[in-house]
Amino acid sequence: MPMPEHYFELQMLLDQYARMIDEDRLEEWVELFTPDGRYEIISRENLAQGFALPLMLCENRNQIADRVMSLREANVYHIHTDRHILSQLHVQSTADGWRVGANYALFQTNQVGVSTLYSVGRYEDLIREVDGRLLFVSKRVIVDTAAVPSLLATPI
Amino acid sequence: MSPHDYQWPKADCTRIPYGMYRDPDVYTLEQEKIFQGPVWNYLALEAEIPNVGDFRTIEVGDIPVIVNRARDGKVHAFVNRCAHRGATVQRLIHGNAKSHVCCYHHWGYNLEGNLVGVPFARGVEGKGGLPEDFDKKEHCLRKMRVETLNGVIFGTFAQALEPLEEFLDTTFVNQLKRLFNRPIKILGYQRQRIHGNWKLYTDNLRDPNHGGLLHMFQITFGIARLNQTGGAMVDKKARHNMSWAAQDMGKNNSDAEYSTPRENNNLTLKDGSLLQYRKEFPDAYNLTIASIFPNCIFQQIGNTLAVRQIRTKSVGEFEIFWTFYGYTDDDTSMDQHRLRLSNLVGPGGLVSMEDGEAIEIVHRAIAADEDKHAFVEFGGRGPVGDQDNLVTEAPMRGFWMHYCELMGITPGADAHANA
Ligand code: FES
Ligand SMILES: [Fe+2]
Repeated sequence: MPMPEHYFELQMLLDQYARMIDEDRLEEWVELFTPDGRYEIISRENLAQGFALPLMLCENRNQIADRVMSLREANVYHIHTDRHILSQLHVQSTADGWRVGANYALFQTNQVGVSTLYSVGRYEDLIREVDGRLLFVSKRVIVDTAAVPSLLATPI
Repeated sequence: MSPHDYQWPKADCTRIPYGMYRDPDVYTLEQEKIFQGPVWNYLALEAEIPNVGDFRTIEVGDIPVIVNRARDGKVHAFVNRCAHRGATVQRLIHGNAKSHVCCYHHWGYNLEGNLVGVPFARGVEGKGGLPEDFDKKEHCLRKMRVETLNGVIFGTFAQALEPLEEFLDTTFVNQLKRLFNRPIKILGYQRQRIHGNWKLYTDNLRDPNHGGLLHMFQITFGIARLNQTGGAMVDKKARHNMSWAAQDMGKNNSDAEYSTPRENNNLTLKDGSLLQYRKEFPDAYNLTIASIFPNCIFQQIGNTLAVRQIRTKSVGEFEIFWTFYGYTDDDTSMDQHRLRLSNLVGPGGLVSMEDGEAIEIVHRAIAADEDKHAFVEFGGRGPVGDQDNLVTEAPMRGFWMHYCELMGITPGADAHANA
């Protein structure tokens, strides 16, 4: 049974997750995953039809770090800032760790201050305590917004 | 302004007026002359609708279309717009149906698009209903002519048009037979909404020159090999284009699997599994991007296989609808490999995301100058043929010359001479 303090700590981790993306601290964001941590973005449209095709798939933390390095060094994408809004935290205690769900809305704003709703959906996470620190063992972002506006560069 | 009033200073389309990308009147005419013109549009894959009654709703240009398998076992396609007062008939994007019934007044259509049911056609107790001379046969859903090649479904609205294989021409027929050489399985879909004109994308696809400049992932992490050769092939009218790259024949071609070595002293990925390519075709091509005029692309980028369908939304927006597939005889390891490599392509693709940005920054910047021109001379001027290198954008001009022909535009002529 999760206790109020567990909600608090898990909420803190999710807040950190969102803040690091919003503040473009992606290298620190990578460190929120365990070494074998998996990060996946998949559309609800595909899941509903039983298809495994993701929009982004990193099978371990090295691949997550590679994504970030590629964004920094190689990729060209729309210049924007992110703003996450999270809600509806749902926590379950399992033998594997904490199963945590949350809804998200992600707005993007361009350089001249025009904001748009970029993506809305749900997180389904497995979170475990490692050396006294809560980390993502896996994070699945299920996007309702299957029609990706413009392109998908920075994580959701 | 009228699509025919733009200045085309060069007959070989080395100058393209920006208005062709921005003008709503051009867009309207394209729907008629291009997408409903003498072309075979890609519709769907047979593997998506294996059983009688299976359907998918798609778009040809911005025209809604139902593609389904009828009782005769054949694929039929027709416009998804009710013959009564224009409602969307089939509202789901996929499913299985015995017939398609419009929810508005329940006109029912069979799987061949014929009107089979009209409630209250004779009214109630002799009152109301339709006039005596109403004939269901005159109120079918508008049908497309359909042809398939190795399970790839194409359709056309044109009355007279060469058969599919003639339209595709040898290079592209062979390419489809190569990619669809055995039964496939669908892995899933991706959608990307780009805020730009759809022809900025068809240009992008016929411009292999941008590959090593805009998409820096390959260079930064060494996917582009120095021993790779590449070029572009076109059909007899140069309207279709296949950009290709091939592995050096002398090296590695007997390996079932290998990693691409880093050839620039730049950066190394921490996990190179993304760069693995498992040779799966008898030839040396490890990258083929076949763009068929007007609405589709068949891609093989390493082991990612996908079809992209261009769905126009307005003069300034289109969707790329990606259908990823593998082969039914892929084992679990190959399934996983294809899913992993899907990171390279699509809206979030490490080697492709830039295209979305490139299209949008062009579309934005040309807004004020519809009478100015894009400059298209990489790869030279004059007629367009096969290209033996990648530093070219000539296939773009092949697209435009055919586009102009269908639109009734004569490039190089005085604007007033255009019909
Ligand atoms: S609009 Fe379809 S039945 Fe009336
Ligand atoms: Fe590109």
